[in-house]
Amino acid sequence: MSSFSFPPWAVWLMALGLLAFVGLVAYSVRRNRGIKRTLFSFPYGLWIVVFTIVPLLLIGYYAFTDRSGAFTLDNFKTFWDSNFEMQKQLTQLGFDPVEMGVARGHVNVDTLVYSLWMAFLCTLICLGLGYPAALFMADRDFRLGPTLVILFIIPMWMNFLLRTIAWMSLLEDNGLINTLLSALGLPRMQLMYNSRAVLLGMVYNYLPFMVFPIYNALNKQEYRLSEAAMDLGANPRTTFLKVTLPLSLPGVVSGITMVFMPSVTTFFIPRVLGGGNTEMFGDLIERTFLMADNWNVGSALSLIMMVLIIMSLTLLRKVDPEGEGGSTI
Amino acid sequence: MSRLLKRSYLALVLLFLYVPIVVLIVQSFNAGVSRAKWQGFSLKWYADLINSPSIMNALYITVTIALLSALFATILGTLAAIGIHALQKRPQAMMMALNNIPMTMPDIVTGISLMLLFIFTQVPRGYVTMLLAHITFNIPYVILSVMPKLKQMNKFSYEAALDLGATPGYALRKVVLPYVMPGVITGALLSFTLSLDDFTISYFTTSPLVQNLSTLIYSEARKGIKPTMNALSALMFVALLVLLLAVNRRASLNQDN
Repeated sequence: MSSFSFPPWAVWLMALGLLAFVGLVAYSVRRNRGIKRTLFSFPYGLWIVVFTIVPLLLIGYYAFTDRSGAFTLDNFKTFWDSNFEMQKQLTQLGFDPVEMGVARGHVNVDTLVYSLWMAFLCTLICLGLGYPAALFMADRDFRLGPTLVILFIIPMWMNFLLRTIAWMSLLEDNGLINTLLSALGLPRMQLMYNSRAVLLGMVYNYLPFMVFPIYNALNKQEYRLSEAAMDLGANPRTTFLKVTLPLSLPGVVSGITMVFMPSVTTFFIPRVLGGGNTEMFGDLIERTFLMADNWNVGSALSLIMMVLIIMSLTLLRKVDPEGEGGSTI
Repeated sequence: MSRLLKRSYLALVLLFLYVPIVVLIVQSFNAGVSRAKWQGFSLKWYADLINSPSIMNALYITVTIALLSALFATILGTLAAIGIHALQKRPQAMMMALNNIPMTMPDIVTGISLMLLFIFTQVPRGYVTMLLAHITFNIPYVILSVMPKLKQMNKFSYEAALDLGATPGYALRKVVLPYVMPGVITGALLSFTLSLDDFTISYFTTSPLVQNLSTLIYSEARKGIKPTMNALSALMFVALLVLLLAVNRRASLNQDN
């Protein structure tokens, strides 16, 4: 455990304080003692501090300390070189790690690069599949658009773990696809336990998050603009490239954000559909915390991921400063 | 491009989305355990479901957590939205930035940071901690649903109510609340579904003794999923579908009136 901690009653005290505050506000409002509406934001402010800011600071605290609670940067060195701890111990015992053949361990960095690459591919495929779908759905002659939106939402109600596991029964060696293939006299295929299967699972889970924002952006577009372009002599191709596409970019940016962010931190999908060497960064963090029981390195890894995500968000904000494409379904 | 081509493309994308779900539902009626072979129609997995205490318990925990977290998040979030809306520009921007933090944080980081908080403060992880975690990730969505409604509202209505002699509490209940109600309901529904579907955050904030459906499925996934789980998800799927149709019907009835 850490070097300092505060007792459980402190948390209950905080909870009680919160409740008391809510009660007080309600009472004052009833009694018309001139309570200000702005005070209503106070309980949530407190909530954010206790359940978001403090936990984040804790991650920061563990990332920059060792097991005894002293300041250290070793956890970040372990990210760069997964054998760092071993080398340190060997040096302390008077051995030369290089002589003993303990070289730099690439695992952590490789996992991060692999996760970023997979997330990039997933985002690209979702964009390629999702943009045309959104475009056709937002078509003015197509009246089923709103119905299709609901049809896209419904699968997301099925528990995401079960949906992913359902793919197993399709892709397995004795699964439905292979059974169909052999019934048709075709050779069986190894479909599971590789990066392609993981990618399929990711695209399957995140595709709707690409379609919705693009559909929203296209749908609220003034259709007269593209009609005007046509009237002025543009062909459909030019109209699309010069009018429709640029106007839908905020939706595209928002879709990319909504697919890329969860993709990088994908957890569980690689474990079910992937094989031994498809571990992604989310799984690495979970393993470091719960199996290796190393909170310090785990926190450092989480911090690195947070920084990466904040960086990419800032980059995307630059493309879409107003956050116009922002949409929660 | 021709109409037919566009429609068949959309049909293909939808097929891709629905194939695993159809497979899952069909499997729940399969008499055998095999995932690929059809061994006759049977309802035995549905019977097993009712007789399985662990699944029934997980279902109870999932649904009560979803209801309670939606309730608390809606109350806190609606109050917060009204408060934030009444703030000056600077503190308002700050509060909205704070509100965005939990939404941009990846689930796994949210889960782990809350786990660290609970271990650090020596609060044993279980039902209450999971509920607190769910409330935490739900509130921002409630605020985002209520805020646009508050912005649309004529800001003088509230003041007019006060001028006409209403107490602030009365004005809030009779003027502000009815106006933002659609946003409140959207936020509550969103919270409910988010909580129902959450796995990652629950996984880190509960103990192995208190499992919701997602964490139960996760712990079973390694041993191989039993068809009872398929039966359960088929049932939940149908229940949610009926709920949505009911809500839609209500909405269209309201529009007609």
